[in-house]
Amino acid sequence: MKKLLIVALIALISPYMQAQKVSFKVKGSDTVLPLTQKEAEVYMKKNPGSSIMVTGGGSGVGISALLNGTTDICQASRSLKLDEKMKLNDAGKAFKETIIAYDALAVIVNPANKVTKLTREQLEGIFTGKIKNWKEVGGDDLTIVLYSRETSSGTYEFFKEHVLNKKNYASSALLMPATGAIVQSVSQTKGAIGYVGLAYIEKSVKPLQVSYDKGKTYYLPSVETAKNKTYPITRPLYYYYLNSTEKMVNPYVKFILSAEGQKIVLNEGYVPLN
Amino acid sequence: MKKFRKIIEKFIEAVLFSSSTITSLTVILIIIFLFKEGIGLFKSSPLEKNYVIEVSKKNPVKELNATQLKAIFNQDITNWSLVGGNNDSIILFTTSNITDYYSEEELGSNLEHLNEKMGEFIIQHPNAIMYISSKSLPVGFGGHNVKVKDISVNDFIFGKQWYPTSEPIPSYGIWPMIIGTLMVTLGALLIAIPLGISTAIFMAEVAHIRIRNVLKPVIELLSGIPSVVFGFFGLIIIVPMIQQTFHLVVGETVLAGSIILGIMALPTIITITEDALRTTPQSLKEASLALGATRWQTLVRVVIPYSKSGISTAIILGIGRAIGETMAVLMVTGNASNIPHSFLVPTRTIPATIAAELGEVSYGGLHFKALFALGIVLFLFTIIINLTVEFVKNSGKRSRA
Repeated sequence: MKKLLIVALIALISPYMQAQKVSFKVKGSDTVLPLTQKEAEVYMKKNPGSSIMVTGGGSGVGISALLNGTTDICQASRSLKLDEKMKLNDAGKAFKETIIAYDALAVIVNPANKVTKLTREQLEGIFTGKIKNWKEVGGDDLTIVLYSRETSSGTYEFFKEHVLNKKNYASSALLMPATGAIVQSVSQTKGAIGYVGLAYIEKSVKPLQVSYDKGKTYYLPSVETAKNKTYPITRPLYYYYLNSTEKMVNPYVKFILSAEGQKIVLNEGYVPLN
Repeated sequence: MKKFRKIIEKFIEAVLFSSSTITSLTVILIIIFLFKEGIGLFKSSPLEKNYVIEVSKKNPVKELNATQLKAIFNQDITNWSLVGGNNDSIILFTTSNITDYYSEEELGSNLEHLNEKMGEFIIQHPNAIMYISSKSLPVGFGGHNVKVKDISVNDFIFGKQWYPTSEPIPSYGIWPMIIGTLMVTLGALLIAIPLGISTAIFMAEVAHIRIRNVLKPVIELLSGIPSVVFGFFGLIIIVPMIQQTFHLVVGETVLAGSIILGIMALPTIITITEDALRTTPQSLKEASLALGATRWQTLVRVVIPYSKSGISTAIILGIGRAIGETMAVLMVTGNASNIPHSFLVPTRTIPATIAAELGEVSYGGLHFKALFALGIVLFLFTIIINLTVEFVKNSGKRSRA
């Protein structure tokens, strides 16, 4: 009887013990979050006994979590800043960087808007508040309404750095709590302009062609133009992990980089690596 | 047996005492936490911790205020002569710019040459302004520190710009939010008070008991709906409606926030007002009717004056509900930090700002403290409201006595 009990106990505990061996955490950017969740879901289904905890919080949060050891992988929608690299170096933590996919930011307007293309300089003027009316960029006589993400979002930072040339947004910009809210508002506001990830484009809004060479060539955001890097507002999405945990997370990272993992990338509306 | 009962009584007393102690301690601890984090914002440098502004030793500029620094890094000021320096154009430099000037090999794989290159940079570019970590200053650095004025309470309360993540110098001005919060609340009350009080009077005095039995649970149900649902309802229905009715460029306005908050404050106002109306003694009403007053006269001259303090409490608690509401307002007011000059422009409220930004700030940073300072402002608002409730209640009792 006693023996039986012990055997039963071991049988009960053993799956948990196994799970302990291959369980790790992924934390960071909200942009990468839906992708990581899907990848982890498929990966866990294929590898029973492995458990991956995925949480958001923003790229910055993920990086500080990596630094103080509360996560194993940091997902980020921007590359590490130099001072963050310095902090990791100071702590004596060597790390690896892997690009897992790309994301393109589309500039969207209301479908009723006549304007179909803008240069980076025009976008900067619009989002910093220097251009206030659509007629200044070839549209109707209509006040421009700016929709942006909240200040805490990595997308807000990326757009500021790469489109606004690090200048501040106009204080009249409407800051929306979620990307979905931007799409909803742009679709029901005639003079609206906003920016969203490629995955969020719907029929109710119109993406604009963008030029980064002062109007010589314009490109529409799509998976193809983002992939061949002709569409300029494209950003890589990263995984960061420490060398010390590389062995543990490597099978999962390899899975994402595999053909199957990259197919999920495409299905989720992001841009695969090749 | 008697002894046993006594023990039980003592025990219950102890349980009651300890639960009330725990509750008050929790409240006090939260308040202390709020103030401890929030007060830290003031009298601290607006620059991130361990970061400094450096210019070349040859540069005569010794001090810059926050506005100048902001204008420089926003490329609105591009020449040193505008801030008291020589007639040279300004070169902006932050730590991450180093890779534009030096290759990764030159910096070393573990950035061991970083400090040295920083020193080299300032000598080669005497017109640069550097925003860098004080740790990356090499020995014998060829530059000098530029002083930046600390954040003052005045700048915080009356500042008109809110750019909490702007680098190198964020702006924490909450004046637009204070005005926005007060306007949204005022609008909500203008909607909720007449509607709420009329409904309460109808339920307490006019409606048939059967109608009341249906109406009351329905209204109470209103307070059980999550605020996100109200927010979404506002975004999909009320925002486009306002936009079309007033032919506006944007529908996310103070008015949209007011309407949603008005609806949300209704249950509080109706329930408390109705309770107050119903406490009017039957004898008073009967006396009034016996003297030949009509039902309407009795209501206006007897019932309402009698329950005046209860109605005031209802209104003030309604304000409390409206002023602290977060999610619904966040979704419908547009969150532009402009000072609203009418009810038909977008605005940003204090609770919405805290809710939207607190999730992603780094713990203990300036932005974090600024949000807690915002919390203090909101806390002071609610304290004032609660004190008013007490005052009104007490004055009502006195006049009746």
